[in-house]
Amino acid sequence: MLGRTANGLFWMFRYLERAENTARLLDAGLRMALTRDLETAEAEWRSVIATLGQKAQFEAVHDTYDGVSVWNFVLRDKSNPANVREMFAAMRNNARTARTNISSEVWEAVNENWMKLDKLLARPVSQGQVGEVVSLLRRTGTQVHGALDGSVLRNEGYHFARAGTFIERAESTARILDMKYYLLLPTLSHVGSSLDSGQWDQVLRSVAGASAYNWLNAGQIDARGIVEFLVLDDRFPRSLAFCRSAQRLTLAALARMHGTEGRSNELMREADIDITDLTVEQVFENGLHQFLIDYIARNAAIAEAIGEDYRFLA
Amino acid sequence: MADQGPNFDEMFDANGDTRPAYGDFCGWYDEQEPAWLNRKNREADESFRRTGITFNVYGEDDAEERLIPFDMVPRIITAGEWRRLTRGIEQRVRALNAFLYDLYHRQEIIRAGRLPERLLRGNDAWLPHMVGMTPPGGIYTHIVGIDLVRTGPDEWFVLEDNARTPSGVSYMLENRETMMSMFPDLFSRVGVESVSNYPRRLARSLAACAPPKCEGKPNVAVLTPGIYNSAYFEHAFLADQMGAELVEGSDLRVVGGRVQMRTTRGFEPVDVLYRRVDDDYLDPLTFEPDSVLGVPGIMDVYRSGGITIANAPGTGVSDDKAIYSFMPEIVEFYTGEKPLLPNVQTWRCADSDSLAYVLDNLEELVVKEVHGSGGYGMLIGPTATKKEIRAFRAKLESNPDNYIAQPTLSLSTCPIYTKKGLAPRHVDLRPYVLVSPDGIDITPGGLSRVALKKGSLVVNSSQGGGTKDTWVLKD
Repeated sequence: MLGRTANGLFWMFRYLERAENTARLLDAGLRMALTRDLETAEAEWRSVIATLGQKAQFEAVHDTYDGVSVWNFVLRDKSNPANVREMFAAMRNNARTARTNISSEVWEAVNENWMKLDKLLARPVSQGQVGEVVSLLRRTGTQVHGALDGSVLRNEGYHFARAGTFIERAESTARILDMKYYLLLPTLSHVGSSLDSGQWDQVLRSVAGASAYNWLNAGQIDARGIVEFLVLDDRFPRSLAFCRSAQRLTLAALARMHGTEGRSNELMREADIDITDLTVEQVFENGLHQFLIDYIARNAAIAEAIGEDYRFLA
Repeated sequence: MADQGPNFDEMFDANGDTRPAYGDFCGWYDEQEPAWLNRKNREADESFRRTGITFNVYGEDDAEERLIPFDMVPRIITAGEWRRLTRGIEQRVRALNAFLYDLYHRQEIIRAGRLPERLLRGNDAWLPHMVGMTPPGGIYTHIVGIDLVRTGPDEWFVLEDNARTPSGVSYMLENRETMMSMFPDLFSRVGVESVSNYPRRLARSLAACAPPKCEGKPNVAVLTPGIYNSAYFEHAFLADQMGAELVEGSDLRVVGGRVQMRTTRGFEPVDVLYRRVDDDYLDPLTFEPDSVLGVPGIMDVYRSGGITIANAPGTGVSDDKAIYSFMPEIVEFYTGEKPLLPNVQTWRCADSDSLAYVLDNLEELVVKEVHGSGGYGMLIGPTATKKEIRAFRAKLESNPDNYIAQPTLSLSTCPIYTKKGLAPRHVDLRPYVLVSPDGIDITPGGLSRVALKKGSLVVNSSQGGGTKDTWVLKD
């Protein structure tokens, strides 16, 4: 496979994941805004923008954080070069670049949803429409992954797609958790004390984990449970541990197919040492924030090494 | 059932009776509910959009990707008609390759006084770099599209030769796919020759043209200018269907005397490059120095037998409309036979007698630029305004060598589907021809382009033309 094509697949799935995660963040923000007073709602929208790393750009054009401004900024505003429409367009362009290595099913899932999204985002999005946009973005993720699962060859291309997915997902979960880590601080000393369950409900929603969490923890929300679930539980497909292990498998498969290990495999092994046998206590002891920052940095280093190992760029 | 125009209609004769080629189709058509057909017509559009069969129009900001309109009434050719056509096409393509070889070698045809030398000097597509060099297998045009028009039951003419880069074959394939998925019962009633193996035939034909330095199974790649090119969809489509790599200039590099592509495993040689990049951009070391679409040094590799470039650089010389006017002589010169497919009568404005005639009869004629394509820069006398004719006359007088003229043909019509029923529209036909040392291979069918506007003679997609599925009936 061409290095450029591998790069296309990797980024196609990163953008797909990014668009879907952004949609979930908005969705969670929308729910919060509906169930909370105005002031809390504003704080929530503020945290959505902060999680996306778009604070400076947003504040350059808006004075206040209200829902309509936030979701339009995130979804379509030209003042935001990283808006969802651009993400989606970048995903589609990467899909076009890698067109010969994805199936028609995958391509059509991308293209059909792009046409719908393009129409929905042609004009400012009202309160009545934002739900539709969000669910379209989530459905696209489901459809593209479903098409990938059911119709493409398990060759290197498949693994570049997987690598992109889990690199992006890992970063997203880590960022979402990092944005709220301070809420866990007061509870460090007395584990088990009650948390603002609304805040954590929102976090869980934004990683599609609310019902899985509740099922595992019988509805009990505490710091230990949250960290256990989002960081260490490798049964939950958006946890940091799960993303790592998916990355490990996919990088091992790539090394096997190419008959040689690269720097990405090396970094992966180092990263594994950090997370294997890790306990919640250790995470808290060393500081959750520090842990997340390290995790994000390692994740980025692995992503870069993949590009070098497989000659993504000339 | 439909209006009968003054032209030869391929579906209905002068009495309004269905011609034999369309008998089975019309039998089926008449049984269908109009409302259902209407719905199917809309579905076809949706299906093209979903698959992304679009083309980009340069210079238009808003609609960066557009659909070529598809008409769901097939254009039908009988087995007998097709056999006659293929004999003529094969003869013409053989002559084209022999002609190109000769032009870049001894130029016997010029020495024999059958073709004026000035035609080469004024020809932008002429490539001095190719003089004396023989491409692998001696083949110049590997993929050819011969544009045909029809004026009567047995009257077919060649309107244009596309030896350089005939595009549109993806429409031939997707039109058929769409028809088969929309009307499966129709195909169980009418025996139609398949076109769907074209990509496999193309892959086989290209592999058969591997260069001397190729070891083992030839590596075939399609070279595209990239995702913003108007025909990117087709490039990706063909690469995908052939199982070939779709490469851009930045993926390729000359390493160790071969053109190699950057894969995830390192550099791998390309043996046959089906390039959809113009000659000028192919090699910045030889041609356009600023080109980023090509591969520095590819021409040296080519000359040393390290790669096959399809179609060969310099092939476009024969697409020139002044050369076209000599095609009957060219066919005879290289095959020793009379042309089986006639040219459309052509006046070369470079000849003073012809020019005088053309200037006297502008209102009746179609005048074209010799290097033009895509329906641009031409005058269609009968539909032009007095002002347009006046303006064109001035252009023609100031640079007559740049023009040829042809009579306005009464092109055949084939009905299109409209909400009010079938309506006749003018059509042309581009069959696709593959050439390799193994022989000439013509896929039964092709791309029928149709002028969607009533009375219009311009079928180019850039000017509002559409396409139809083209059926060659089984015997």
